[in-house]
Parts: sequence; structure tokens; C-alpha cells
Amino acid sequence: MSELGLTRASEPFRFSTRVHLRELTGLRARNLFEFVEHLKKVPGSVIYHHTHHYLQQHQYQMPEAPNDFAYWITEILQERSLGEKIASINLCDFTSIRALREEIVTVLSNYLEKNRKKLREVNEGEEFHFVKSISFVLPTPYVVYDLREFTAVLKKITIHSIYFHTFEARLRLEKGINDFSHWVEMSLGERQLAEKIAKLDPYTNTMEGLRTKMIQLIDLRIKEIECTG
Amino acid sequence: MHRLKDYEPIVGPQVVEELYLLAEKVKGLSIQNINSTAVGGGVAEILNRMVPLLKELGVHAKWDVIKGGERFFKVTKKFHNALHGRVESFTPEDFSVFLETGEENRKTMELTGNVMFIHDPQPITLINHKGNMDAKWIWRCHIDVSNPDQKLWNFLRPFIDRYDAAVFSAPAFSQELLVRQFLISPSIDPLSDKNRNLTEDTIRTVLERFHLDLDKPMITQISRFDYLKDPLGVIEAFKIVKRHVDCQLVLAGGEASDDPESTEVLARVREKAIEDPDIHVLAIPSGSDIEINALQTVSSVIIQKSIKEGFGLTVAEALWKAKPLVASAVGGITLQVTHKYSGLLCHSIEGAAHSIKQLLQNPEYARKLGENGREHIRQNFLLTRHLRDYLLLFLSLYHEGDIIYL
Repeated sequence: MSELGLTRASEPFRFSTRVHLRELTGLRARNLFEFVEHLKKVPGSVIYHHTHHYLQQHQYQMPEAPNDFAYWITEILQERSLGEKIASINLCDFTSIRALREEIVTVLSNYLEKNRKKLREVNEGEEFHFVKSISFVLPTPYVVYDLREFTAVLKKITIHSIYFHTFEARLRLEKGINDFSHWVEMSLGERQLAEKIAKLDPYTNTMEGLRTKMIQLIDLRIKEIECTG
Repeated sequence: MHRLKDYEPIVGPQVVEELYLLAEKVKGLSIQNINSTAVGGGVAEILNRMVPLLKELGVHAKWDVIKGGERFFKVTKKFHNALHGRVESFTPEDFSVFLETGEENRKTMELTGNVMFIHDPQPITLINHKGNMDAKWIWRCHIDVSNPDQKLWNFLRPFIDRYDAAVFSAPAFSQELLVRQFLISPSIDPLSDKNRNLTEDTIRTVLERFHLDLDKPMITQISRFDYLKDPLGVIEAFKIVKRHVDCQLVLAGGEASDDPESTEVLARVREKAIEDPDIHVLAIPSGSDIEINALQTVSSVIIQKSIKEGFGLTVAEALWKAKPLVASAVGGITLQVTHKYSGLLCHSIEGAAHSIKQLLQNPEYARKLGENGREHIRQNFLLTRHLRDYLLLFLSLYHEGDIIYL
């Protein structure tokens, strides 16, 4: 226990950050059929990029279609109901890119089966370009041992670090849970708090919104501990 | 010259801190940038800002310029146009002038970087030196090569394929190549004269100089007088808007006295504008950054009705000023504008007119789009992001895989 009644972890939380570079695959689709065919074969890092980069691009406010696939299908192909289906795939339900790809391909293939005749070809310049994301993960100097230190760093750390520990760790690195919840539970024994953090739907929050909510949850818990301790 | 700490109030100290963390990993490398001109043009402008900032981060960066005679630069001008898809005829002599100048530069320049960062086609043949040194070679293509002249592309292709990586500004510019291709968008400098906050006095002075007043909402397109920017289409759209909303139009852009086509377009625009005193055609010398900034700042709606566009940095400039924007869904514009979120995209004169009317008549909606646009630019299209991408690009040459632990 620290002097304020907060548990002090023996294993600290080390904040990493993640930045990415976009690599072009040279693949492009002009209609839904080509789109699905490419989706089946592209590296997982392409699926990851197009379903996640908007989170880092729009940290304060989110556009209507929350990923590139849904945006292209809705706005360019003008297939609104299909776009909505892709937009509403609950990414929280997936713990691997492989499974996510399968789901997207299944939704699109089913649609193609039923609508093959009226396949729309987009104009030149409106093609979908498949891009992949190269992640660079690097340690930051921030290392924390208790909730107070944790929340203090959360308030000031780069948003890319929060992104890394929330999204990349859970889905791309297939840990199944975000790093914050994992540490809070395993190293501080704060199971309820860990669950509350894990329950926040990161895909319908903006990055800054997510930061604020996590800080609120942790600050609240610190107050509880201080009152009871 | 601005320092990194000057960017902190704009992008946040975390962004600058992250640059230092990354630069730490690049410190052992020397980066040699090579292009064809030290002044004028977008590439020189970027290098002028980028190289000092890389140095401030502790990265050993330098910048050299190739030498070439008048004939060489005439040929490379033709190259530039043909890569943009314009029809040009090439003689065998053109190619030999290009190769000879490249070879002279290769022999006389001090090529010493661990990373040789070659910008655009002019110095592309320096890759012939690859076997003589232990370095990674990057070809940075700043040009829209989505529809290049095939004969020229086939001539350049063997050079490109020998690089370790190529970099393009928009996905549509990528080609089937043997080398890895990266996507790095251009950026704007929020501290430059074109983008910094201006005082009211400065703005007033500019407006007075151009005899403009703000008694009516101002719609503005900033671009050189070029058919590809469709200034005549903008006037058409304006006429449709004006049937319902009293407003004025400003078409402002650089005078390119050496480009006969630009002179012709400007003449046609003036002819078409003469019938309406609310249309202001301003041919302003290149480098009039403060004037452009002022015009953008006071506009009610900014339009970029390009028929073809490379990246369209005027869009980033407008959004950075939180301006409601109507722009064609072409080239790099679609990377910057998400329809109905950070601006309105259009595909026709009528569509442009409709969107302008919507924005003029719904100022709250217009304001929200502009604000979203400004945040989008802050996160994605400022110089600091560009700097980060370059650091990552250098690192990517030395690491395999899609997830790299540094």
C-alpha cells in the first residue's frame, strides 16, 4: 500500500506508444466484386488499417461512416444499406483481425449473391485503394506503480499511447483485453475497475472521449479508496 | 526559422515529445536529401522547413541540389508535364541530355548519406551510384503520376525499380512497382505566412488593396489560372448561387507569365467575369502568402472545384482556417475532406452550387464542418505529422514486418 491507501504494484505499467506509416499495396477496386476479392487476400494489416485508422485521424469528433470500407460503400458505391451493415459490425466482438475479415467478407459476399446483376462501377478517381498500416511501437519514459500515478500519466500522454494500449493490444496483438484493464486487475487487484474500463466501447467513443472516461473511472475509484481507507 | 517548441501550442507537447522519441532511433543515420532546386516550388519549400527541424531533433540531415543546364531543365519540365498526363513529344536527344546531366552530377556530387532521399524525377539517375556505396535509396515522388505518359514512365521505371522504396502523396498515384511504396501526404506549416493568424489590420490592408469589402458573403477559390482548376465552372456555379443568395466571388491565383495557357485561361475568366461586378478576378504574384491567407480568412465559403488535383494543399489551408469548404472529389482532396463531416464534396457545377447555397444559408452547419475540418488538418496534415512520417520512413528501411518494436 502507498501512503494514500492505494495499492502499489510490484510490476509497474510501462506506457508504450504506437505510430504508423502507411504502405501502398497498389491494389484497387472499382466495384464490389473486385473489392471482396481483394479483401479475401490482402494482408491483415490492410484490414486493420481501413477499420482503425479513422480512430487516430478523428480524435475529437467522428464522421458518420466509422471506417473506410463503410465510407466507400455508402458514399461512393451508394449502397447505403450495405454500408450501414459494414459500419455497424461491432468490432468489440472480435479478438483477431482474421475473424473480423471473415465477418466483413461474409456480409459482402451474401450481398453480392443477391445483387450480382446491379453491380455499380465507380468513376475513374473513385476507386478504393488498399493501404496497409506499419506499426512502430516504442517505449515512452512513463512508468507508473499505482492508480494516482496512472491517471496522472493518462492525462498527459500522447493519444497514440492510449490508442496502442486500447486497440492495438486487444485486437492486432490478439491479447483479447486492453492493456490497462489487464494491469489494473493483475497488478493492482482492481477487478471491478478493470471490467469497467474494458466495458467502455472504444469504437463509438472518440479517442479523447475515451481518455476522459477512463480518467473519470480511475479518479472515482481513487476517491472511494481514500474515503474507505 | 521556427523551432519545434513553436509548434507545441498548436499540436500539443505530446506530439513534439513523440518526435524526439522517434528521432532518438534515427540518430545514427545520415539523411542526404537531393532535389533540383534550392528555391521556388513545393519541394524546396518543404525541404527548407523540414531539414532544419530534422537537425533540431538531432538527426544528421543535409540537402544538396543537382546542377543542370537550360537544356536539362527544359527536358525535365517536359517530364513533369508528361508525368501529369499531358501529351509531350520526346526526342532521343531529350533522353540523352537527361542521362548525361544525371551522370555528371553523379560524378561530381558528394554522395555520402546512409539514406539517400531523392526527390522527384530530375535527380532520379543518381541511383546509378547505388553499387558504389552502402546506403538505402528512397525515391520521393511529389508529382501526380496516376496517369503518366507511358513512354516516359517506361524510361523512368528501371531507375525507380532499383530504389529501396518509393513514396507517393496519394494512393491513386501508386503504380505497379517492384519496390515498396509508402503513402506520405504533404503538409502545411501552421506558422508560415500562408497559414498563421493575421491581425485585423493586415487583413484590412489586403482587402483595401484589392478593393474588396465584406458587405456580401465572399466565396473564394485560390488557385492558379488553369483549366484543370475549372475557374470558368466556378463562375457558372456562382451564377446559380447568386440567383438565391446575394454574394460575391473571388478568384485569386498566381500569375504565370511563362505559361501561355495560364494567360489564356486568365483572359477567358476575365471576359466571363466582366458582366458581374461581384466577381473579382485577382491575378497576384506567386509568393503573395499573406494576401492569400487574408482572402481565405475572410471568406464565407471556400471552393476548390478542380477537375484534376494532385494533393490540393489549398484545401488543407482553407480547412486549417476552419472555413466551410466545397471541393471536387478528386485526387488528394478526398483524403482531406470527409463528405458532410469536414466539408462538402461535389462532382459537377450544379452540385457545387447546391453545396455553396447550403453552406451560406446554414451558417451553424457550415461552422461545424469548418471546425471539424480544422481538427482533421491539425491531426493529419501539419508539418509535424509529415516530419514523423519521414522519421518512420527512414526506420522502415531497416526493419521487416508490419509491427515493429523499436
